[in-house]
Amino acid sequence: MPQETETTAMHPGEASDGAPPVLGPGYTFRSISEKISSITLAQRTPRAWWLGFAVTFAFTMLLLYTILYLLFQGVGIWGINVPVAWGFAIINFVWWIGIGHAGTLISAILLLLHQKWRTSINRFAEAMTLFAVANAGLFPLFHMGRPWFFYWLLPYPNTMRVWPQFRSPLVWDVFAVSTYGTVSLLFWYVGLIPDLATLRDRARNRFVQIVYGILAMGWRGSAYHWKRYEITYLILAALATPLVLSVHTVVSFDFSVAILPGWHSTIFPPYFVAGAIYSGFAMVLVLAIPLRTFYGLQDFITVRHLQNMAKVMLATGLIVGYGYGLEAFMAFYSGNLYEKFTQVNRMFGPYAASYWALIFCNVVAIQVLWFKSVRNNPVWLFLVSLIVLVGMWLERYVIVITSLHRDYLPSSWGNYSPTMWDWTMYLGTIGFFLALMFLFVRLLPMISISEMQTLLAESKESGAATNEEKP
Amino acid sequence: MDTNPGLYGLLAEFDSPAALLQAARTAYEAGYRRMDAYAPFPIEGLPDALGFHRTKMPLLILLGGIVGALSGFALQYYCAVVSYPLNVGGRPLNSWPSWIPVTFELTVLLASLTAVLGLLALCGLPMPYHPLFHVPRFSRATRDAFFLCIEAVDPRFERTATKAFLAGLNPREVTEVPQ
Repeated sequence: MPQETETTAMHPGEASDGAPPVLGPGYTFRSISEKISSITLAQRTPRAWWLGFAVTFAFTMLLLYTILYLLFQGVGIWGINVPVAWGFAIINFVWWIGIGHAGTLISAILLLLHQKWRTSINRFAEAMTLFAVANAGLFPLFHMGRPWFFYWLLPYPNTMRVWPQFRSPLVWDVFAVSTYGTVSLLFWYVGLIPDLATLRDRARNRFVQIVYGILAMGWRGSAYHWKRYEITYLILAALATPLVLSVHTVVSFDFSVAILPGWHSTIFPPYFVAGAIYSGFAMVLVLAIPLRTFYGLQDFITVRHLQNMAKVMLATGLIVGYGYGLEAFMAFYSGNLYEKFTQVNRMFGPYAASYWALIFCNVVAIQVLWFKSVRNNPVWLFLVSLIVLVGMWLERYVIVITSLHRDYLPSSWGNYSPTMWDWTMYLGTIGFFLALMFLFVRLLPMISISEMQTLLAESKESGAATNEEKP
Repeated sequence: MDTNPGLYGLLAEFDSPAALLQAARTAYEAGYRRMDAYAPFPIEGLPDALGFHRTKMPLLILLGGIVGALSGFALQYYCAVVSYPLNVGGRPLNSWPSWIPVTFELTVLLASLTAVLGLLALCGLPMPYHPLFHVPRFSRATRDAFFLCIEAVDPRFERTATKAFLAGLNPREVTEVPQ
């Protein structure tokens, strides 16, 4: 798309080094507000939206059907068995929760670092986080076998007179993921309140006014409220920042606290966090590139955003690659027979194809991002992001399966292969995730209106900002 | 004693954030205190211009975090040491390093819940009804208009004098807001 890469004369958000702007030229407070809210308030739903929603909804039904059958038959319908008792459920859990992390990174960490380019992508990245965490939670829940007893994980006085084992990473996980889900929801909702008020005030339809009115809770943009709001939002970001790092650290503890070769390693927490952000940015790109084209948001989600996300992806991808290298190095350097065997088995054993595919996807393929022409090209970025998403899924597959299927005792060795139900559950969650994204872009403003206006006000210097129409 | 029956205040509309900021400063200098400004996005310096310098939010959130940390640790201590002591190979019952993750998560959870509920409480939200919603133009406050409202409860408020004062600030228009 050459027309996007060219830079016009000085306009808001343009970087002094000639990089593409974070906001297209010629916008006023009114036109920003109208452009974003009219996507939500439009009377007619685009035909393509219905088509996309129908397909993803069908996959959501597939998920429900799988869960129903799972509850009826038990987890035996999956490919899990001893010794590989974790299988797809844990792979998909880690994959989804990792994807969610980019949303928090964009909305919280980049806010604290004063990265202005986060403004137009933080809202839907946060929505992505919420939906990814919701899907992630499904897997351990149904992996329990008797999900109706999930509340046994929570500490509450009970007639069995037992308490959860707080020395176990699996209990830490319950607290980490549920806290993460709750805080992400709060952060997202607080960010939405001013925009919900905008929608309430712009809506013509009485029913729509009432719904947004209830959700906006009577927000009226008072300076007193804004001051409290801003500081609260900043502190929430400061709380979410260590939280997001802790969540994937705790997820990696599920593996590294165990003494299994290939899991019991101190590199796990940092390398899991980097991998999470890596796959999350890939998902943000996969969602952002079609969205900006379809809704004509190239002025808000500019090439600059795509470039920056590609750079973050490249950096985290290199950290992940370093993790793989160090894992292999430590296996040999440790002198531990079992560690060494596990590494050789990963590289040349029954799952060698998955291992080398993951190395290709996560380490080799992203090297194209060194080239500016690739970072400027949405189609290329989209493809690379898809490859990264596949690669990060394979990474979890290799970690979970290869370590479990060959442990210390050859008598307990076994193999793992997923069943049809593993695949339907996985595809079902992808469908569910996308269906929720479709509903989100239709029902809520996918870009923060008030934050975009702030960006405009800052870049224009308040005095010059007026309400005249776009020429 | 209500000297201005049926009146919530006087509302002046401005075209730009800078004009609103200037108006708020002038009004504060003129001695008005019970007033508020409305804008679609936060304007730097506006709360200070209105005389609102500090908010209790950070303190509230800190307290929420401290309560979360203490209760998180106490919960685990009670479960693992007092109520259900489990001797695993003679390891200490008070194995505090393994309780740090849950303590941390509950710190963040309680602090965040306090942040959001505290924000709503201090702002008096949800508030489905407010006198300002009577003014048709006020619906633009969430889009592209900037308002200053001097409330009738202000000791210096006087219907005609205040109206003249606001008109002198070069607004787009000044409206009476009914109660």
